[in-house]
Amino acid sequence: MSERLLVSTRKGLFDFRKQGRDWRVAQTSFLGTPISYTLRDPRDGALYAAHDNGHFGAKLHRSDDDGVTWLELTPPSYEGVEGDPAPSLRLIWSLAAGGADEPGVIWAGTLPGGLFKSQDRGATWVLNRSLWDRPERAKWFGGGFDEPGIHSILVHPQNSKQITVGVSCGGVWRSDDGGATWDVRCDGMWAAYTPPEAKTDPAIQDPHRLVASASAPDVFWVQHHNGAFVSTDSCANWREIAVPPSSFGFAVAAHPRDPKTAWFVPAVKDEFRYPVDAKVVVARTRDGGQSFETLRNGLPQHDAYDLVYRHALDVDESGERLAFGSTTGGLWITENGGDDWRGLEARLPPIYALAFG
Amino acid sequence: MARVAFTEHVAKVAPGAGGVYAGADLREVLDDVFRAHPQLRHYLLDDQGRVRKHVAVFIDGVRVPGAKALECRMTDASDVYVMQALSGG
Repeated sequence: MSERLLVSTRKGLFDFRKQGRDWRVAQTSFLGTPISYTLRDPRDGALYAAHDNGHFGAKLHRSDDDGVTWLELTPPSYEGVEGDPAPSLRLIWSLAAGGADEPGVIWAGTLPGGLFKSQDRGATWVLNRSLWDRPERAKWFGGGFDEPGIHSILVHPQNSKQITVGVSCGGVWRSDDGGATWDVRCDGMWAAYTPPEAKTDPAIQDPHRLVASASAPDVFWVQHHNGAFVSTDSCANWREIAVPPSSFGFAVAAHPRDPKTAWFVPAVKDEFRYPVDAKVVVARTRDGGQSFETLRNGLPQHDAYDLVYRHALDVDESGERLAFGSTTGGLWITENGGDDWRGLEARLPPIYALAFG
Repeated sequence: MARVAFTEHVAKVAPGAGGVYAGADLREVLDDVFRAHPQLRHYLLDDQGRVRKHVAVFIDGVRVPGAKALECRMTDASDVYVMQALSGG
């Protein structure tokens, strides 16, 4: 099991380590600065922290000594990219390491919708023009933010040329050639937030979060704006699944070894965005979405208004240890796949993202 | 030519950046700043060279909106303050 949890918050990066039965903050970085996402590259152990500096723009830092010291990198840039208005980096929303066979490759998903690739550990970045130039991008729009953004980047574990990204709002996109060409894969999804004639338009779907099973990388799960979906054929077709107590939410995690197991953290649908009946629960399926258990042991069951963002739920490589964090700074961990949870004592800032590392 | 002072946050990114810089307008003055402190460019300007929305520029004590500020003519007596706006925090 992973003994480390990197928590990106409105006020900095908190590095939790397991100490006995407890989890304690072992190290903090960038206190006071909003951290939108943190990646630990499993290939070389480098940490990448994306800053959402409200005044001075989105920034990117890398640490090669586990967060003791950081080097500021030149962030991805839209300089020279045309548009009306001409685009500028608003947020680094997601980061992903390239495949094991491409050391140094890092992907960045950004607002206003560009996917960037670095081949030198974040020192320089190139906008993926083939996705940016797709005519369907004109249909993309912001979800939560004013502009569309790429929040999920999945590199196939055995084939680093296969890249799948999730866009809010702009669908699920696949490249099988390392990003040279793309096609949209949303068959089976539908949107409740458009006129009827547009509801199955793939380029306006809002997958809040896209994840895949590490051991069965053709199995994908999506928490969508108005439902949850699963695909067992590498995103060619999606099947809607009913998640209790609500189909709305942001976060989903896929079991690393069992492709039929996934977890969601539901909330009241979109104009409210807090837990159903003010009770925090996790929904778990173990049969591919046919049925769900509602897990609540150890979670707040009254007066709880914790919303869990899309990057704030993670499962470690064992599939038994999970963690999730909320907009009100609550942080819970389970050691048995969600049957029992324990809230950490730390009173944290709003949590944007967390990851075992 | 202008005397340019920076908010404390910017000073941390580029220690010693405050000082006198050359240029007929503020854009040229900032270009002179960035020649000495290239890491400041993407702190003050966005990817298209526009003053960031929540960066406040004061010229001779008066706040000037970003788009206009870059075109402002500079004199040897010009005082420029680059601050973080109270918005955006």
